[in-house]
Amino acid sequence: MAAIELALGPCFFNWSAESFTDFYARIADEAAVERVYLGEVVCGKRMAFFNKVWPEAIERLTKAGKTVVLSTLALPAKGPERRVVGELAEQGALIEINDLSALLARAGRPFVAGPFLNIYNESSLAHLAARGAMDWCPPVELPLSSIETAAAANSGVTVELFAFGRLPLAVSGRCYHARAHGLSKDSCQFVCDQDPDGMEVETLEGDRFLAVNGIQTLSSGCQLVTLAAADLSQSGIGRLRLSPHTLDMVEVAGHYRAMLDGVHSAEETTARLREMPLPGTACNGYLAGEAGWREVAL
Amino acid sequence: MPVRRKRLELVCPAGTPAALRTAVDAGADTVYCGLNNETNARNFPGLNFSEDELATAVRHAHGKGAKVLLAVNTFARAGAIAVWTRAVDAAQACGADAVIAADLAVLDYAANRYPDLRLHLSVQAAANTPEAIGYYQKTFGVRRVVLPRVLSVEEIARLNQAVEVETEAFVFGGLCVMTEGRCALSSYATGKSPNLTGVCSPPDHVVYEKTSENRLLARLGGFTIDRFDEGEAAGYPTLCKGQFCANGKAGYLFEDPVSLNAAALLPRLQEAGVTAVKIEGRQRGKAYIGSVVRAFRRAIEDLAGDGKANNLADELTALTEGGRQTTGAYRKTWR
Repeated sequence: MAAIELALGPCFFNWSAESFTDFYARIADEAAVERVYLGEVVCGKRMAFFNKVWPEAIERLTKAGKTVVLSTLALPAKGPERRVVGELAEQGALIEINDLSALLARAGRPFVAGPFLNIYNESSLAHLAARGAMDWCPPVELPLSSIETAAAANSGVTVELFAFGRLPLAVSGRCYHARAHGLSKDSCQFVCDQDPDGMEVETLEGDRFLAVNGIQTLSSGCQLVTLAAADLSQSGIGRLRLSPHTLDMVEVAGHYRAMLDGVHSAEETTARLREMPLPGTACNGYLAGEAGWREVAL
Repeated sequence: MPVRRKRLELVCPAGTPAALRTAVDAGADTVYCGLNNETNARNFPGLNFSEDELATAVRHAHGKGAKVLLAVNTFARAGAIAVWTRAVDAAQACGADAVIAADLAVLDYAANRYPDLRLHLSVQAAANTPEAIGYYQKTFGVRRVVLPRVLSVEEIARLNQAVEVETEAFVFGGLCVMTEGRCALSSYATGKSPNLTGVCSPPDHVVYEKTSENRLLARLGGFTIDRFDEGEAAGYPTLCKGQFCANGKAGYLFEDPVSLNAAALLPRLQEAGVTAVKIEGRQRGKAYIGSVVRAFRRAIEDLAGDGKANNLADELTALTEGGRQTTGAYRKTWR
């Protein structure tokens, strides 16, 4: 049985360049993860701010022995956005594809099929595997039973399960951060930087429900998937993805590492994670085929 | 001299055989429909076609010079792909003019099994760049792409310059605010994925509840989606058209309860190189289908005649959700 790895997913939020530099320096030095995804996946308007951040982060993480994967935009549209996606697809480093725009330029060379791709079954995964997909992070709404079926039919693909963080639920042509501030996408003033874990969206009765991050809508709830390594292996899962938030991600990774190493049980891991300032109420219902906001026994 | 473009093709919805006949009689060039199971994105009780009804409908439409497209446009459930491939088989067997699909698995099957079967890429695939569209064209021979409702008219014009396939644009009816096929809001609240089951904001998860102040709450999966004062017409709690609180304010965070009406943009869509315009609403009744199709038929004929479109706005307003309408992403200010 191969050891289950840990990955730090791409950060969805508009953090400052300084925050990113400090964050990835600490991840490189301290976090018990094998792989780190870098890059802007939500908003093409933000991309220019961070072009200076990534080379240093890549170097530092690589030196620390981490596999670095460059993530691509989930909804490229404008010319410059398409060019960046095309350039990433054509270069040699490992990339995560989050929109099929990247596939023709990439085809035949290794890539990660990201959670924004609509891969719901064994045949569509096989289609991508034949074109270079080595790893697959399933759409967050896919139940574990479907993931198991797709994984069993594609043994050459490493399945990376979205295990921690607010769930990426939707993208749009419209920027809701801008709209909530009375602005439009073109004149957004980058107000999304005010909410480094997403802007809380409550129902009219005050129930926490969703979170807005620019053109992206996430869950308010925080996905917590805690399963022992043997159970994950049995389901065909080879890696867990932890999605960056402002709480201490080194500590989060430490709890998951202890779980995978058998130091703590799944239940104890959940309890330890719950003691942390999670961005939202714990949830995992999707994996059981239930509403995503629910928390169920897996 | 501006290039004379071909008359716009009018693509209309049909949820029942009777609606299909109505659409054809009202002037639809093409009617799209789905089988009565989870393979299509309007999988509501009492709606859609059996395989026999589909065959009869295709014969009827062809007899009147209209085309029929079969939407097999949800994503196949793992371990049950045969349900979706059987729908493709049915389209081929009855002589449907094209299959509208989004899933790589469904497209792959159709392209390999029936190389002569025409394929349209569903809006659910949300292909909005020349590169993504190029992938579907080169890999599966897709002939037409239904454009996601995230593009402005200017962007559609540029896209049409850069692709070698026909494009089809929605002009009327329900409006996804999120990128189509990339939205899990409804499943987060209810557990039912529109991508997999073909139902968004499913009716069996909707509850209306009266508060002590005589207000009406509309809930979906336990979450309050909208609230109506006494005497106010209560709308359906479609998740993305609900009222929520964010940034200290309550309101329609994602979109007001509006529907799309791009009738006024027909000349510009034609100028942008769009081949076909599409009306949403397979869940709608015959009377609605007849009225909307007739109005758009007239507009397209006027456009082909003197190059001007009739102003249909008033006539169609009565048919839009709560009488409120938008041109959506077609105008850049919507974003």
